[in-house]
Amino acid sequence: MASYAARRRNSTFIMGLCLAATGIGVVWLFLILYSLLINGIPGLTLAVFTEMTPPPGEHGGGLLNAIFGSLLMTIIGVGIGAPIGILAGTYLAEYGRHSKITPVIRFINDILLSAPSIIIGLFVYGAVVVPMRSFSAVAGSIALAVIVIPVVVRTTEDMLLLVPNTLREAASALGLPRSFVIRRVAYRAARAGLITGVLLAVARVGGETAPLLFTVLSNQFWSANLLKPMANLPVTINNFINNPDANWKQLAWTGALLITAAVLSLNITARFFGASKDGR
Amino acid sequence: MTTISENSKNLDMALSNDRARVLKSLVLSDTLFSFATRAAAYAVLLLLAGIIISLIVGAWPAMKAFGFEFLVTERWAPQLEPEPVLGALAPIYGTLVSSFIAMLIAVPFGLGIAIFLTELCPHSIRRPIRLAIELLAGIPSIIYGMWGFFVLGPFLANYIEPSIVAAVVNIPVLNSIFSGEMVSNLSLFNASLILAIMILPFITAIAVDVFSTVPPVLKEAAYGIGCTTWEVVNNVVLPFTRVGVVGGVMLALGRALGETMAVTFIIGNSFKITGSIFAPSTTISAAIASEFAESEGLHQSALILLGLLLFVLTFIVLATARFMLMRLEKRAGA
Repeated sequence: MASYAARRRNSTFIMGLCLAATGIGVVWLFLILYSLLINGIPGLTLAVFTEMTPPPGEHGGGLLNAIFGSLLMTIIGVGIGAPIGILAGTYLAEYGRHSKITPVIRFINDILLSAPSIIIGLFVYGAVVVPMRSFSAVAGSIALAVIVIPVVVRTTEDMLLLVPNTLREAASALGLPRSFVIRRVAYRAARAGLITGVLLAVARVGGETAPLLFTVLSNQFWSANLLKPMANLPVTINNFINNPDANWKQLAWTGALLITAAVLSLNITARFFGASKDGR
Repeated sequence: MTTISENSKNLDMALSNDRARVLKSLVLSDTLFSFATRAAAYAVLLLLAGIIISLIVGAWPAMKAFGFEFLVTERWAPQLEPEPVLGALAPIYGTLVSSFIAMLIAVPFGLGIAIFLTELCPHSIRRPIRLAIELLAGIPSIIYGMWGFFVLGPFLANYIEPSIVAAVVNIPVLNSIFSGEMVSNLSLFNASLILAIMILPFITAIAVDVFSTVPPVLKEAAYGIGCTTWEVVNNVVLPFTRVGVVGGVMLALGRALGETMAVTFIIGNSFKITGSIFAPSTTISAAIASEFAESEGLHQSALILLGLLLFVLTFIVLATARFMLMRLEKRAGA
């Protein structure tokens, strides 16, 4: 057996490697944010929020239509996905707690949670775009909803399972029907967690690009018609960044900065929401 | 006394009428709510069925046209007349190799960070470090793509890769893997490195979670007989959590296999198998993302078939991961 000093040295060396790994792991976030800031800030003018995407070769212009489209589709997607997710999560945690189908649904949901988002895009293309014969904002919103559902199901179930059973028993003992026990007691006790789940889902779909590429396409102009292609930030960035036009490239970087800032601040908000609940 | 009891009798009757009404409406809303939750839960199952059916329907023409040949053909010529020749071998190769290299890089780093966070890190800086790593998972894929294309790719191609190429130029095998013929900011290796950064937070988060399931008494006992930190990790923590760690790694692999936008930007979208990791390549998801919008007919069907293959592949990997994590949960609960 090696001497104690040798074992100590060995341990210190490996722990040093772990420390180095942590340093390298943390650095990426700052490198990426740094690039976004130095490339994105020069283009960050008021025009970005008030003007439409410019045609190629022209100066000026903004991202108003793309920002609007992204917000609209995210709201519709989460508006469809979050209620379904919360209801399904409620079934898993409450009604179906001892049912045989519950583990199956939970398993399938976990698979959908990690399924490649481009597959969701293909699914919505086949299920919505082809029958409607047109790329549309509706199709994009549905694609986002499909991504939202598993995220919300998972967090809802986890949060409801954290609610102590004694609370439910006390409410039932007062004669409350089951649905009231769930809505008035369990939901209220798990509220912070449920909101965290929805915020995380918004953050997840906010920057999604792959499922939008061939469901909404994009649009050069202002459009609020849900049945037509609609401009949106991720696809606009994707189209602008690979273009030699310097103005487009600048707008793409600024758009990227906006998306990242929005998504990361949502992430942090969601975390603090969850954390303040734990501390109570 | 009698008046009071009669009064209360009347009141009771009135109340019981009301009560019946209220009860009825409660039963109705109760049933509706329970039905709605059940329907939503089954909708999740329908979603999976819908995805599989829609992919199979879309891929059917390509399956009929190419059959098993699709899996072993390297050539991808959608514009060929009269019949396009389409094969999945190059994207499958690119998907597997890029994910494999990404895991090779990310797993040791992820586990190292998790060990640092659970065994060494002072409490006060644990949360900021976890946050900085977990926020990496929140950055949208397309941002990684841009960053890889404009920042990381050029850096690697100008400073790192030429020296690797020069170092192994006379060593057989290695000089073909690290061939310097086409060093550019578009390559299989650059895509793998970006993938590694993207899956790092998943591996770290799951490893931290499973490491914290180790009962403290086990670690304390090991420290008590004089083990060093590394010996505790190596002989107590890792054996205890092996199933969970492997599950977490598989979960990250599932992510890496299907990652789209970041890879599309930097892998170069070349349907050629070169054997060099510094050469451009493509993956299934990159092929779909870059060609689907302009495709039609058999070409489109072949892309959907590629998507179906990817879905089956990730399904198997993710299902295995979940089974392993479930096994660990059962043990931790027991």
